[in-house]
Amino acid sequence: MTASDASSAAGAVSRSLRRTRPRYGEAVIKGMLLTAALVSVATTVGIVVSLIPPAVEFFRTVSVSEFLTGTQWTPLFAEKHFGVLPLVAATLVITSIALLIAIPVGLGAAIYLSEYADPRLRQWLKPSLEVLAGIPTVVYGFFALAFITPLLKDILPSGWTLDVRNGLAAGLVMGVMIVPTIASLTEDALSAVPHALREGSFALGSGKRTTSVRVVVPAALSGIVAACVLGISRAVGETMIVLIAAGVSAEFTIKPLGEMETMTAFIARAASGDVPVGSISYNTIFAVGALLFLATFVMNLISIRLVRKYREVYE
Amino acid sequence: MTAVPETPSSLKTTATAVQETDMTSPSDAATGGTKTPQVSFREAPALTSPVFEVGGLSVFYGDHEAVRDVNMTIGERQITAMIGPSGCGKSTVLRCFNRMNDLIPTARVAGKIHYHDEDLYGRDVDPIEVRRRIGMVFQKPNPFPKSIYDNIAYGPRVGGFRGNLDDLVEETLTHAALWDEVKDKLKTSALALSGGQQQRLCIARTIAVKPEVILMDEPCSALDPIATAKIEDLMEHLAQEFTIVIVTHNMQQAARVSHRTAFFTADVDDKGVRHGRLVEYDETELIFSNPCDQRTEDYISGRFG
Repeated sequence: MTASDASSAAGAVSRSLRRTRPRYGEAVIKGMLLTAALVSVATTVGIVVSLIPPAVEFFRTVSVSEFLTGTQWTPLFAEKHFGVLPLVAATLVITSIALLIAIPVGLGAAIYLSEYADPRLRQWLKPSLEVLAGIPTVVYGFFALAFITPLLKDILPSGWTLDVRNGLAAGLVMGVMIVPTIASLTEDALSAVPHALREGSFALGSGKRTTSVRVVVPAALSGIVAACVLGISRAVGETMIVLIAAGVSAEFTIKPLGEMETMTAFIARAASGDVPVGSISYNTIFAVGALLFLATFVMNLISIRLVRKYREVYE
Repeated sequence: MTAVPETPSSLKTTATAVQETDMTSPSDAATGGTKTPQVSFREAPALTSPVFEVGGLSVFYGDHEAVRDVNMTIGERQITAMIGPSGCGKSTVLRCFNRMNDLIPTARVAGKIHYHDEDLYGRDVDPIEVRRRIGMVFQKPNPFPKSIYDNIAYGPRVGGFRGNLDDLVEETLTHAALWDEVKDKLKTSALALSGGQQQRLCIARTIAVKPEVILMDEPCSALDPIATAKIEDLMEHLAQEFTIVIVTHNMQQAARVSHRTAFFTADVDDKGVRHGRLVEYDETELIFSNPCDQRTEDYISGRFG
């Protein structure tokens, strides 16, 4: 036996199972990742918390019932009325128009890309669809005002008078804006459905349409609902398009041919004007903001419930 | 039953009735039935009237000829096993029988596959109609993420079944020897079942559309021996009514369940490309006891593959 053999054998025996040196790297990385996670949560909490005091202050002056049921909205005028319904109605109408476009087109595009398109076609079609999502919304807003509204004026029957700024054009363009979001996320969800399920369906003698509608879409439902909810949230929260194309008149109406002011458009307009901090007009912004937050929050809760109830888990 | 139709109902029609053919006379006399069968083998009747006739079949994926020149005849209401090492093209051939290869864009089939004298790849043949007559069970159980009931009802519903679906589901599950295990939980998810039960559900789902042929692509490879035994029992039972073609890696399984066995292997050409080919096809007992080809003997005796 040589000397080196002996020493290595002895080394093996004496080697302890204890850690030879501390691994600081792990702790540092873990700490940084935790910080990143906390920052995003903390920001959300911070925003919500900062909404509360001015909103509470607002409701000391204006009753909740007046705010929620009033049909006149003139908080920035001398004669102030604080009925938020006109803003809520405008938001609902424009969002509905947008979703009427975005959900069918988005789902259709996704099903086509995932189930029908040739792989080579999908390879360039999907990225180019996603480019649409990268266009700044202010461009969409201007597009609605400068192109869609004149186009609508030509198309619509002569009896319908369309204002220069109107909810219809804003809603339509907003729908186009949301299509890539819904299409891309839905396509991801559909593509994640195992190929074996499609084969099972084809082997039972069903065609592409039946397989897509009855097997693939139900299996991907939770992802599809999530995509639609994100689309709705984007529509409700969208500001630039409605500010530019839908106008500022806060009249209580559900007719999208005239000017409509949404909650977001009001917040943008009021916040960019000279509203004294602490005034009732200033607090109004927060009250509307809180309402907006509450609405999207409730919607998310409902959609989570819906997904849990109807999804088909395939793993 | 009504009168036996003279010719098989065409694949071009949407008729759902499974044709009745005369099964009693093993018309195509196969040779070599004289040996005393060993206990471990099934009784091997002569080749029954042909369901599939395959001649000079080659399958290409793009430019690659995955399977070359396969000739075989598959008899009615028999279990035909296809064995061989991985990559020898047996699953590829199986997938030609119900045109599942159509779903692979680069796949191309040359040669003849006749199903009851009708060209399976004929111009007017509807692959959907083909798959309603020729069902398939896959390697990994793939129940839909739906209830047990809806899994069985899926095929009939898609096919426009008019009748009592509840009865059909019960009858089908009974037929697949699964009814007693699932009758109290028909509305629960099929994914809550064990792997073996899921696979039997997939078999049940296949027979619910009343096919004539069931293709099985390594149906037991993801299952434990007990679940495998149950499926083998089921196959034996189903063979009284259906023609079954099974691809398996398990040679004991082929020996246990099949009437006839086809042994495939892969040739490697001078460029190193593998081409699957059919080496030998005969009664199972002969393949396992007295194969003609050295490669078959090497494979079944474990010297190769």
